[in-house]
Amino acid sequence: MGNEGSELSGAQIVCESLIREGVDVVFGLPGGAILPLYGVLSQYPEIRHILVRHEQGGAHAADGYARSTGKVGVAFATSGPGATNLITGLATAMMDSAPVVAITGQVGRAAIGRDAFQETDITGATLPVTKHNYLVMRAADIAWTMREAFHIARTGRPGPVLVDIPKDVFQEMAEFNWPEEVDLPGYHPPGDGAIEDVKAAAKLIEEAERPVILAGHGVLISKAWDELREFAEKAEIPVITTLLGISSLPSKHRLNAGMPGMHGHAYASLALDEADLIIAAGARFDDRITGDTKRFALRSKKIHIDVDPAEIDKNVKANVAVIGDLKAVLNQLTPEISQNTHTEWVRRIEHLKAEHPSMKIRETDEMLGQHVVKTISDVTGGRGQMVTGVGLHQMWAAQFWQSAEPNNWHTSGGLGTMGFEVPAAMGVQVGNPDSVVWSVAGDGGFQMTMSELATIKENNLPVKFAILNNNMLGMITQWQDLFYDRGFYANAYTGNPDFVKLAEAFGIKGLRCTSQDDLEATVREAMEHDGPVVVDFVISAEENVYPMIPAGESIEQLIEEPA
Amino acid sequence: MSMNGSTPGSSSHGLSKRTVIALVQDRPGVLARVAGLFRRRGFNIASLVVGKSERQGFSRMTFEVEGDPSIVSHVARQLDKLIDVVEVTDVTDLDIVWREMALIKVAASAETRGEIMQLVEIFRAKIVDVGAEAIGIENTGDPDKIDSMIALLRPFGVKEVMRTGRVAMPRAALEEGGMDGFNVKSPESTLWVAQSTDTGSV
Repeated sequence: MGNEGSELSGAQIVCESLIREGVDVVFGLPGGAILPLYGVLSQYPEIRHILVRHEQGGAHAADGYARSTGKVGVAFATSGPGATNLITGLATAMMDSAPVVAITGQVGRAAIGRDAFQETDITGATLPVTKHNYLVMRAADIAWTMREAFHIARTGRPGPVLVDIPKDVFQEMAEFNWPEEVDLPGYHPPGDGAIEDVKAAAKLIEEAERPVILAGHGVLISKAWDELREFAEKAEIPVITTLLGISSLPSKHRLNAGMPGMHGHAYASLALDEADLIIAAGARFDDRITGDTKRFALRSKKIHIDVDPAEIDKNVKANVAVIGDLKAVLNQLTPEISQNTHTEWVRRIEHLKAEHPSMKIRETDEMLGQHVVKTISDVTGGRGQMVTGVGLHQMWAAQFWQSAEPNNWHTSGGLGTMGFEVPAAMGVQVGNPDSVVWSVAGDGGFQMTMSELATIKENNLPVKFAILNNNMLGMITQWQDLFYDRGFYANAYTGNPDFVKLAEAFGIKGLRCTSQDDLEATVREAMEHDGPVVVDFVISAEENVYPMIPAGESIEQLIEEPA
Repeated sequence: MSMNGSTPGSSSHGLSKRTVIALVQDRPGVLARVAGLFRRRGFNIASLVVGKSERQGFSRMTFEVEGDPSIVSHVARQLDKLIDVVEVTDVTDLDIVWREMALIKVAASAETRGEIMQLVEIFRAKIVDVGAEAIGIENTGDPDKIDSMIALLRPFGVKEVMRTGRVAMPRAALEEGGMDGFNVKSPESTLWVAQSTDTGSV
């Protein structure tokens, strides 16, 4: 590539670096301190800049792009409020291990520390919500910093990295040299697992009578879905997927045993409890899965495969831990285990599925959130991309989305960020222009970030939004109902906008559906429309999500149906 | 003069005092990153010493924290994930050499000076500053020894105390390939100890 060895401005070096990292799209919003970078962007037509309406939207869009493509998502923001608006998005990406690089403008070097206009110590503020961050004080340091930032973001356990660049550093001239290698003596992401650990894991698997695989986000991050399937099929081991592990094995695969946990399928939670071996593959035993760890899955030994050593024994003690990239470890592990069957155990899980049909929808004439997600899943055949927000609709989507393709489910699992659904879906659509992208939203979360509908319209991104509109914060209502003596407060919206008119105001097609009878036709109409659509699905306000294991409890407290 | 004779892991609060050593890259913010992980768990850092290490561009930190050993051990693993942190070891249960230095300014008149100098002698401390009304003493060693010395100096009028906090180092291995504190998993601790070329960073 050209320009190596030439004198370039810091801003040009940023762009040259982005191109060398394979970046072709950036989600950003300019402001004073980052204007020098925007001043040179037009010289780099290979970088597509999508002008978002709010920096949080930019961060979530970069995150959605990253999760759905495996590439690093990039967000630009200016100093001060621009940068602080990124924080929720960075924290979301951090919790779910999504590779994002955020580039922020900073006030000029001479102004730093003097409470200058739009000054925030953003490297200080984002320390706990980034994998790493940098304040670059010389243009000559930009190239290697960018090289490191992308390397750190995408390797090992991925995560967000923020690069803060003062305004005058963008303007400073320096010789541009792209470093081929990174020199990070404190950073060595693991590859293969230690062979003795792999053998110890294989031994436990051979001995197990009721093994299950708990497949987490790590399967999707390391693109190990084929390896997972091969591993599971070879020894006939049922696969339970975490919330973020959905789509690591097709939902209709005979060994797929659902999602466990607080609002997981009852049969999955029961199977996890009855198992004598849990093989956690890129999963971190989140409290929404374990509940009370002292009462969690006491009958089983645990094999924990993770790229991050700090996950081992963090929540649940492992009998065998294998540190490594999941794809590499599965490639090591599968040859070590024998071809096997667990007929009785698989039959037992089939029995649990029959006895505890968590996906049965109660008989009613009303339209429920479950009906909507089930219809979208049926009509799409579980293909395309599914994005959700956080709340009741998210849990119904997790229960009813019958994924047929790997890595086509994207949700804010760790941080639980309402409002993720609009901008993240935008990023997913940018990364997957030929896919049908459905975003299942709640009326609460949708209103947090709906300003990005303008961005979606501007860029003609054909995202299909399904607002499961119960005119309330449904999960809050459920908790107040069950755990706060029905002391309902601040849970209902009495002045929601007309979402159809709202969509139309953005120049987007708006549809409303109020009855089960029109559901399928509405979903089809949305999909047939060549462009973005917002569908206001007016659902019953009375419906809670079940099954439920209350927070901090165990499988004994499983509530399968409303009392 | 062995200074690791007492029980470094014990404390009066039911929690235990842990000594953790980290080798870090000299980059801006590394101290804030390290401190931040302890702050997140509500730990008080009892002492923290940072100084240059044997490798250019790298510093070694010794810190003492009080907390549940399993939590300290988990924090240590999270520390190891920090990009700028090369190596972390909880050395509390290892055979270590450790030292603390104190500078003590004590009131000293012509009448009391002799007595104070005797104490300095007994504690194998040093006089580093003498004035008309006070003398400055340097004492290096075990914190207990420093505590006792300060207690004995109190009646004379201790005006100022400045202590470094503990610096620690695993003892040299007695035989080749033996335990040197950096490449073995301590049986008493669940700490993940990094190999020198393979850290826990992800």
